Amino acid sequence: MEFFKNQYFLIFLTFLLFFAAKLVQKRLGWVVLNPILVTITLLILFLSVTGIPYTDYEKGGMMIDFWLKPAVVALGVPLYLQLEQIKKQLLPILLSQLVGCLVGIVSVVLVAKVLGATNEVIVSLAPKSVTTPIAMEVTRGLGGIPSLTAAVVVCVGLLGAVLGFKILTLGRVKSPIAQGLSMGTASHAVGTSAAMERSRKYGAYASLGLTLNGILTAIITPYLLPLLGIGG
Amino acid sequence: MIRQCAILFGCLAAGELLVFLTGIKLPSSIIGMLLLTLLLKLGWVKLEWVKGLSDFLIANLGFFFVPPGVALMLYFDIIKAQFLPIVAATIVSTALVLVVTGWTHQWVRNKSAKNQE
Repeated sequence: MEFFKNQYFLIFLTFLLFFAAKLVQKRLGWVVLNPILVTITLLILFLSVTGIPYTDYEKGGMMIDFWLKPAVVALGVPLYLQLEQIKKQLLPILLSQLVGCLVGIVSVVLVAKVLGATNEVIVSLAPKSVTTPIAMEVTRGLGGIPSLTAAVVVCVGLLGAVLGFKILTLGRVKSPIAQGLSMGTASHAVGTSAAMERSRKYGAYASLGLTLNGILTAIITPYLLPLLGIGG
Repeated sequence: MIRQCAILFGCLAAGELLVFLTGIKLPSSIIGMLLLTLLLKLGWVKLEWVKGLSDFLIANLGFFFVPPGVALMLYFDIIKAQFLPIVAATIVSTALVLVVTGWTHQWVRNKSAKNQE
């Protein structure tokens, strides 16, 4: 079917699948049925079955992911709204974010390196804890594989949302503020939405962790990777 | 809506310009985000001038990275070959970040609370 290559059709299909995936998740309430993951999987299946090369899909897809950068800029609004909250607990928040950011990058790089991953893959894993648009920007700037980053980031989010609170309890992190922050720092927007389900307070601190770790990771990663022996 | 687009893309373009001029290794979008926060804080940009569009973009953040995610199909070989390092590193690191961030926050907060007593 030559028509399937039509870029407007492919954009329509992307909207349709995402909309349907969101509906299904709402009905069933399963975190694992993440609409992003489901839509990506279904589109890859569709392209493979119809034999449409990715480059054809990309022509339409480009118009969607064009909005990634403006969307990151828009995150400045919630950051502004949280400034007061940050000021109240400046030191605990900043220090825990810095430590979380460093541990996140160093641990993923070292484990991947020891297990024999290539530099290209290691670079793509480095920003895995932060929200996808920021993580992809970081990976793109350093010569990794942005789509691998996107997939890993989504999986990290699911991991945090499903097991995050269990891991925190096991690790004896008890204060609600610390738990919320950790959820956002380790597993970005998906972790934040899981925290939001507990209560608004958890959610507010989680979104703080999400934004601050995003900024720190973007600033630190390009300079940290060479120190860890990864060309960037 | 035009004003909202002008402000958001203005911040983004300023970020692009800064990267272009200084060669700084920071995504232009992050610079734009910080600039927007600053402009809001200074009161040069009013919240209601950007609220509608930014709420829309943030609420649909997930949708925008579907197409780059689909590009994954180009890298199945790499993922298959390095499946173990990718999965192991991700799981270990995520658990560490969760616990260490929480510990640090609790520790610093207890310390500063004690100092105030």
